[in-house]
This record gives sequence, C-alpha cells and structure tokens, in this order.
Amino acid sequence: MDILSSSIEQSTDLLNQNENINQEINISVKNEIKKKVTGSEAVIMSLLEEGIQTIFGYPGGAIMPIYDALYGFQDQVNHILVRHEQGAIHAAQGFARASGKTGVCFATSGPGATNLVTGIADAQIDSTPIVCITGQVSSHLLGTDAFQETDIISISMPITKWSYQVTNAEEIPRIIAKAFYIAASGRPGPVLIDITKDAQNQIIDFEYKKCDKIRSYHPYPIASDQDIERAAELINNSTKPLLLFGHGVIIANAQEELKTFVEKAGIPSAWTIMGLSALDTDHPLNVGMLGMHGNYGPNIKTNECDLLIAVGMRFDDRVTGDLNRYANQAKVIHIEIDPSEINKNIHADVAIISDAKIALKKLIPKINPNNHNEWLEEFKKCSQIEYDKVNKNELYPEKGELKMAEVVRKISERTNGKAIVVTDVGQHQMIAMRYYNYKKPRSNITSGGFGTMGFALPAAIGAKMACPEREVVAFIGDGGFQMTLQELGTIFQYKPKVKIVILNNNFLGMVRQWQQLFFEKRYSFTTMVNPDFIAIARGFSIQSAKVTERENLDAEIEKMFSTDEAYLLEVVVEKEDNVFPMVPSGESVSNIRLS
Amino acid sequence: MGKSLYTDNSNSETMRNFTISILSENSIGMLHSITIIFTRRKINIESINASDSEVPGVYRYTIVIKTIRSTAEKVVKQIEKLIDVLSSFLYEEDQVHYQEFSLYKISKKVLVAHPEIEKITSEHGAKIMLTEPEYEFVIFEKTGHRESNRKLLNELQPYGVSEFVSSGRIAVSKSKRETTTLMEQLENSKCNVIEA
Ligand SMILES: Cc1ncc(C[n+]2csc(CCOP(=O)(O)OP(=O)(O)O)c2C)c(N)n1
Repeated sequence: MDILSSSIEQSTDLLNQNENINQEINISVKNEIKKKVTGSEAVIMSLLEEGIQTIFGYPGGAIMPIYDALYGFQDQVNHILVRHEQGAIHAAQGFARASGKTGVCFATSGPGATNLVTGIADAQIDSTPIVCITGQVSSHLLGTDAFQETDIISISMPITKWSYQVTNAEEIPRIIAKAFYIAASGRPGPVLIDITKDAQNQIIDFEYKKCDKIRSYHPYPIASDQDIERAAELINNSTKPLLLFGHGVIIANAQEELKTFVEKAGIPSAWTIMGLSALDTDHPLNVGMLGMHGNYGPNIKTNECDLLIAVGMRFDDRVTGDLNRYANQAKVIHIEIDPSEINKNIHADVAIISDAKIALKKLIPKINPNNHNEWLEEFKKCSQIEYDKVNKNELYPEKGELKMAEVVRKISERTNGKAIVVTDVGQHQMIAMRYYNYKKPRSNITSGGFGTMGFALPAAIGAKMACPEREVVAFIGDGGFQMTLQELGTIFQYKPKVKIVILNNNFLGMVRQWQQLFFEKRYSFTTMVNPDFIAIARGFSIQSAKVTERENLDAEIEKMFSTDEAYLLEVVVEKEDNVFPMVPSGESVSNIRLS
Repeated sequence: MGKSLYTDNSNSETMRNFTISILSENSIGMLHSITIIFTRRKINIESINASDSEVPGVYRYTIVIKTIRSTAEKVVKQIEKLIDVLSSFLYEEDQVHYQEFSLYKISKKVLVAHPEIEKITSEHGAKIMLTEPEYEFVIFEKTGHRESNRKLLNELQPYGVSEFVSSGRIAVSKSKRETTTLMEQLENSKCNVIEA
C-alpha cells in the first residue's frame, strides 16, 4: 500500500512539472522574445554555435527527429553518412586528431549507441575530444525494455569524460555547451549526450551561451612557481637528461615550445607513439621511439640517464616495461595536466601539474643554455647499432619478399614526410611509426592506448575531411582492414582522397610474431585466407593496384600519389617478418632485443 | 627516484581502512560513476553512505575501503577527476571522527523471557527506539564503531535477533578546513581556462 501511494504522489509531481513547462512556453509566446524551435533544431543550432561543420553519423528510429532537423540545415553543416557507427566515431576521432577540433558523431539508440562503444573507449584512453549524440527512446519508455532501448549512459560511464541524458529539451543548449567545454578542455576526452525522442520533439525557446566554467571542474591546473624552480634546477644540474614527450604536447599545441626547450638545453628527446610528430623525426635531438617496439637508444638509456623529463605522457606499460626496473637511478620531472597521472605508475620527484605549453614556456627562461654532446653521442652509437642490426635490412632489403619498412620509407620519401599518416594496429603500425620520416606536427594518427584494429580506415576519412589540403595515407594490415572495410562505401559516396596502403602478410602479423617468439611457433588461428582486395576496391569504384614485386613498387606508389582521388594499394609483403627491436612484455626496457 | 610504487613493502603499504569523503553535485548516476572506479580495481567497498552536506545542494559520500595507501591515493585522484565531483579527501583512521548507527529488532516475547537483554543493551549504550505500542518487537538503537555495534549483535544473537541493520560509516574530519571556504575557492578558481 505504502509503496503504491508514494509512487502515485510522484507521478502527480511529474504532471505538475509538465504543467509548469507548458505555462512557461505560453508566457514567452506572448512576449515573443526568443526563437521557438524543436529540441532537435536546438541540437543542430547548438552545434553551429560551437562552429561545427562536420558530423559523422548514422540515423535510426530514436534519432529521426534530429535527422529531420538536420535536413533543414544541409547548407550549413556537412553530415557524413558512414557505414557503421564504429566508423562514425573513428572518423570523428581522425577528424579531431588531425585538426585539434572536437569531433562530432550521431547515432541512434540501442545498437547504434552500442556500436559507438569501442570508439568511445578509444577516444577516452587517447584523450580525444569527441561529442557523441545518441537518440534515446521516449522518456516514458525508459527502463521498460522498449524497442532499441539500452542504458547507454551506464554502459558508457567508465569510458566517457562526462555523459548526460536529456529528457527535457529546455536543457539542450546548456548541456551541449557544457559537453563541448568538457570534451575539449584540459585533458580532452569523449562526452556522450543521450537525448530522448520526446525531448527531440519538444518546443523550446532557443538561446545559446557557451560554457567556460563549471565549479566542480578545473581543467587547467596552475603549476606552482616553486615546482617550476625545482624542475629548472634539476635540469640545470643534470648531465644525462632524457626528455620523453607524449600526446600532451600535441594537445597543448606545444610543438614550438618543446623544440625551443630541448634545443636550449640540448636534451635528447624520445617520443611515445602518441607524441610522435611533435618534434621532427630527423631533428638532431630526436633520439627516437620509446617502449616495446621503440628504438634501442632511448630504451636502454632510460636506465642510464640521471634525469627523466616526461612531458604530456603517462608512463604506459607499453612504454615502461617492468616498472620495478624502470629508471630507478634517475630523478623524474613529470609535466602533466591530469593530476591523477602523477605518481600513478612512476613516482615524480617534481610534478608540474599544468598544460604542457604553459609549463614549457615558464621553464624555458629558467634553464641554462647547454649541450650534452657526449651523452647525445651515446644515443648516436645506439642508433648505429640498431641501424646495422635491424633498420638497414628492413629499409633497404636487396632480395627476398617485399618488406613493410621499405614500403613505408618509399611513401615517406614520395610525400616528403609531410603526409598525415594514419595507422591501424599491429606490425605495420609499429613499422610505419618507426620508419616514416615525420616533418609536420599532427601527422600521426593511431589507436595508441586502446590498440583498436579497424581504426585506420574510418580515421583516415575523418582526417582527410579535417585537412583536405594534406595528403592522408593509411597503413593498414590485412586483418584490420577487414574489420571496418565497409567504410569504403563512405569513401565511394563522399570521395575523400585518402590513400589506403594494405600491407598484406596474410597473417594477423603481430599476434603471429608473439606466437613465434613466445608460444613455440604454434600459429593458433592467425593465418588469414584473404579475399581479393582489388576486386573489393573495384566494387566500390575505388582505383587500386596490387604489388608483389620489388621492381614494381616505385611505379605503383607514384601512380597512387599522382591519382587525384582515393586509392587502394595492396602490397604483398614477407609473411613471417618480425618487428624488432622488442622489449618482451613485462621485461625491463634494458632487456630490449634486437633480434 | 623513478621508483615504482608497486613494490614498496614499507609500512605505508600495509592493507588498512581508509575513509574517503567526497563532495559532489547532486546529479543522477553520481553514485554509479564513483563506485565503478573501485570496481575497476577490484576493490571491495566496506561501507558507503550518501547524505546532504553543510552546503545546500552539495552531496557528501563517505566510503570506507580496505587497501594500501598508494592505491587509495590513486583512487581518490580518479574520483576527483569525475566532472561533478567538487572535492575528494582521503583519511587515515586517526584523521576522522566516525560512527555507525545500528538497529537491532527483538521480539517482545523474547525480551520478557530474558530480562537480562536489557542489561546487555544498556551496558552497550543502546537505547530503545520509540515504536507504536501494539508493535510486537522492540528496536534497540546504538551508535558506535562497527566492531562495538557488531559485538552487541553477537551478544544478542543467542536470544534471537529478528532483524539487524547498520548504516555505513559516517565521518567528519579532524581538519580545520571549512567546506564553505572550499566552495568559495572552487567558485573563484581561475583553472577553468588556460593561463594567459
Ligand atoms: C579489435 C581488436 N581485436 C584484436 C586485437 C589483437 N591484435 C593486435 S595486433 C593483431 C594482428 C593484426 O593483424 P593485421 O591487421 O593483419 O596487421 P599486422 O600485424 O599483420 O601488420 C591482433 C589480432 C586488436 N588489437 N584489436
């Protein structure tokens, strides 16, 4: 009895609330001050207020009112109809990573929303600003297992920076403004706004105000002067400093400051795969890639340096290997915007909790001009060892099957190191990042933290749409390509001029490598019997070619880049090639293997 | 030194109780977004309490977990990172005053048959809660630390306890900090936009 009567009380409460809303609407009709729109129109108008011109999405029942509103705004906003919602979010990620702007994607309720999940998790771990807008069943159906109802708010809670369900359209402008502020500020990340169908249809007065303050959210911590002083002192007293730069440098747009900083103090600098392209690959102080498939020098020197200066990176396990045997001899300065990263994996002697650009700007005048030529010389020696034992044969093989690295090298040369390189996940990813000669910032787009196969093709589409004037090359394995190849349909429809390079080893190469090295060559389900990729490309009217012989490679690469449209180049490469160097999983970075 | 935090066997890394006190906006789903941070690390929540705080509209969650110091610190920072969390504090046992509140329901028949029950409950400082006269049970209420409330339960159990329930720990810190001052600091913080 008690329970019943209380729930009745609640529902009359709800009724009263609705009445209030109706009254408010009537009042403003009389005054005619603000613009009357549907919740759906308010969504699109809010996006326009945020300067959004490109949306990646896929319609369905619960988001149809928003799509209907979109129909009326086609002259102001470009909607890209992808072929799967995972494609929408990866494209939005590619767009965001290439441009530094927030990517936007739309999906319907239920399966539309759950198809976004992989990309949301990917954007979260790789700090990518994304606003996802999902349709939801009408509010009176919430919790009833209605058709295509899913609790996407709860599902996405651990993988979003923030999420919110809108059931009253009055909230739409404010919530979307908040979403954009949260997604892009501080350490960026994905935000999900779930809008019920009734809210999409509700009539409201539209008024938009951008958000730049939330009392519970402080995205730009200010480092103390004392910490800056202490860091400068450590840097000035160090004889063997090593700087590690990550995605935070790119997010903060601090490439110039990083360069000035390392040049002034002459500090050898190494990158995480998310930091790649923040400093030109051939910069004399760029000593290469950290971590599992990184370069020999920066890995072993991590355990020989006297100071580690980590800028906008988070000591991921793929970078550090065994934490117990990681830089124990060194002092650590950690420049990082997210306080929860400080002391998470590695203890920081000095923590500068700040945006990377601001921190570097403050540090530059405090550090003494210096060079560490002898120390740098040690890195050069390591590079030479690695080159002789590994890179030379990878880059310039004279006989045998084609190698991934020589394909990457040739494409690097053909594009003058100035393309946006998008990679999928696996051996080709490591090879592309190791051997492409990056000469422009924001040129490396990869799924770093999540390692999502299928990322590259849609991300390349997004990158090309963000930067149509730049060459966009996607290196993809034969496995990963088949995870999202439906997005060739998007390319067919919208014609972004992406260059797709399938490095086909007829294996799930990276897994096969581990099976060879650590599972006694028991190749359990890693052999791929592949379809005819050229025929597939033809089906989508995408120009393509297949290379199997070294002597044809140059000509086919040339043909791809001189074709002024999207292109798919399949290169058949050595089947059982391994990526070296390698720090075996869980081992110390000092145990890096060259073969 | 760049030493990992995982292998420090010093005293600071012994398993013990920590009280986490969280001030947050009163938004839907908040409790879920807090608890999944523990789920992720497979940390069991010993007790949890949600209530109003001294600031209107601001909620306070009080959570007790058993873990090592470094993990507790990391978890607190990850909670603090949630957009709607205003602030999150980590306390050792000696940094808070805390209590739990327990109710023990015993049938009147049992009480009549065993008058010593009243002696036991009064020794433990438990009081009889007012109920309607025709109610067939007596409810004892007791405020105390979990162990002492538990001890009373153990002593009453042989007689038959029809229902027992205890609140999560509620705690106030020994610190002199005023929440209203903290709120002012948050409201006036310049960390909302990038430094010029
Ligand atoms: C969605 C997803 N499933 C599984 C994996 C595990 N995985 C990592 S690399 C890899 C093999 C990739 O093979 P392929 O795409 O052919 O690239 P290759 O390594 O041969 O260059 C697999 C299966 C993953 N990273 N992502």
